[in-house]
Amino acid sequence: MLITELSTLQEKLQTRFGDDITAAMIHADQLTIEIPSEKVLEICSALCDEADFQFNQLIDVCGVDYLSYGVSEWETESTTTTGFDRGVETGIEHKINWTKPRFAVVYHLLSTLQNQRLRVRAFLDENNLLIDSVIKIWPVANWFEREAFDLYGILFKGHPDLRRILTDYGFVGHPFRKDFPLSGHVEVRYDAEKKRVVYEPVDIEPRVLVPKVIRQDNRYQAPVPLPPKT
Amino acid sequence: MRLVLELDGEVVQRADPHIGLLHRATEKLAETKPFNQSIGYMDRLDYVSMMCNEHAYVMAIEKLLGIQAPIRAQYIRVMFDEITRILNHLMQLGANALDNGAMSMFLYCFREREDLMDCYEAVSGARMHATYYRPGGVYRDLPDFMPQYQPSKWHNKKQVHDMNKNRQGSLLDFIADFVEHFPKKIDEYETLLTDNRIWKQRTVDIGVIAPERALQLGFTGPMLRASGIAWDLRKTQPYAVYDKLEFDIPVGLNGDCYSRYLVRIEEMRQSNRIVKQCIEWLRKNPGPVMLAEHKVTPPSREIMKSDMEAMIHHFKLFTEGYCVPEGEVYAAVEHPKGEFGIYLISDGANKPYRLKIRAPSFVHLSSLDEMTRGHMIADVVASLSSIDVVFGEVDR
Repeated sequence: MLITELSTLQEKLQTRFGDDITAAMIHADQLTIEIPSEKVLEICSALCDEADFQFNQLIDVCGVDYLSYGVSEWETESTTTTGFDRGVETGIEHKINWTKPRFAVVYHLLSTLQNQRLRVRAFLDENNLLIDSVIKIWPVANWFEREAFDLYGILFKGHPDLRRILTDYGFVGHPFRKDFPLSGHVEVRYDAEKKRVVYEPVDIEPRVLVPKVIRQDNRYQAPVPLPPKT
Repeated sequence: MRLVLELDGEVVQRADPHIGLLHRATEKLAETKPFNQSIGYMDRLDYVSMMCNEHAYVMAIEKLLGIQAPIRAQYIRVMFDEITRILNHLMQLGANALDNGAMSMFLYCFREREDLMDCYEAVSGARMHATYYRPGGVYRDLPDFMPQYQPSKWHNKKQVHDMNKNRQGSLLDFIADFVEHFPKKIDEYETLLTDNRIWKQRTVDIGVIAPERALQLGFTGPMLRASGIAWDLRKTQPYAVYDKLEFDIPVGLNGDCYSRYLVRIEEMRQSNRIVKQCIEWLRKNPGPVMLAEHKVTPPSREIMKSDMEAMIHHFKLFTEGYCVPEGEVYAAVEHPKGEFGIYLISDGANKPYRLKIRAPSFVHLSSLDEMTRGHMIADVVASLSSIDVVFGEVDR
């Protein structure tokens, strides 16, 4: 979509919703707006129904956990005095300031009538993972919200059937949270003596194969003015 | 999948699909690996339309990096996207017919799939899980020769000679030969099914979804078009070189299983048309298929032997990968099953921070309940196979 169309849409959104839009940005030719979680239902039904927007399709709903956003496993700056470590221990961390709440629900909307897309994000506090379900506006939200509940533990108020969807029957925990280990907590095997499948604690040691590295790349930064010569 | 049906006699009252039995947490795995190492996982999502999945993932990374593949690579991608579409629809057609009791269709469809898989093999070395698309282009240019059959216990020299007849030239020659003959094969399929009384009894007016409802249920791709809405990302939000190619979008009338069948048959013809145009262009326009931006793409092995910088690039790329600037992006392609999207959040690291795969089958399967309520058990099978669901991407 053209940048001009996007900024028109952004203006329309901001005039219509005013302060309810806490942030709006255009990045990589895509428009994202952030809204307060308690206003989801109100704003989404307006986005779906009003002639200016007509977002008649909900393409995707997903949860995001920002717990380790900007945390790397391998320090690449300020290592001159200490030398590089092997990047296998997770003790060394530096953090980009993440001041917003830990969880978010992200909606991707599509209007087949006006041929435009919009991304809507609502942040959720860790202590209050409750948000209104949009299932009444877009019935497709049913399974998406079940998935977000299953993987992140986000509760959707008004969802008629909020069960787990992807994980095992009787699964404990929410596996896509950043503090849930990749190899999980339990493993299953067939026990020949008991003649049934048994659950046991995982015996795999979690390890990092390629450490996560965040590098400052000047090509992607805005040019920094040179310091004045003395 | 485990499908729990509530029945009244033989009439379905409620369908409750239990999915997740193939859940491998692809999205979480991707968070622990450098970007390029997850391309192979994309093949394993919808394992009958491998390269289309790769396309969406690679496009998402390219958008964040702000790079674009060379034009020849884009044509190659489109050509293979369409080959993949034919592969997928052949699989769907064969399986759909098989589910409804028509055994022979399956055999015919797999005969043609075999040729297309040989194209996959020729270009990437693997018949299914190609890992052929890379950020910045495709892994390598189209090969000048096709793999040949060898004489064996089952085929003597004479037979092998005949089988290798269309494999004497380059890959493009082989594909050109295929697209030449394929429309006739589609006619054959249609002779078997389109006016077949039994086929129509099994599919017409089964699993009907009205156009407005299809939009509400999040339908995309052939499912949406069969309900009568002309929406195709290749036309409405063109990516790669689709805006330079000529093709039409088939639309169904009734939104039932039969319409979906007709739409997919016509889509195969249109894909055939697109492949033809791509072959023509690719023959005339040689050029690079990978960007020379060595922060993202590996330098050639030859240069590496003598150039220190190339050596360093290679080492960094394969030990650490490349860092992708902070930001988020959603890239969608018109996958054979519908809109396949990749939502990627990067925090500036060499691995994705969050990867969400928007799988069309997942959405379509969620409407199975609505589609089958009030139908007979046998119609559940017809509806399910008309959705064209692959559990690799439903469960991810």
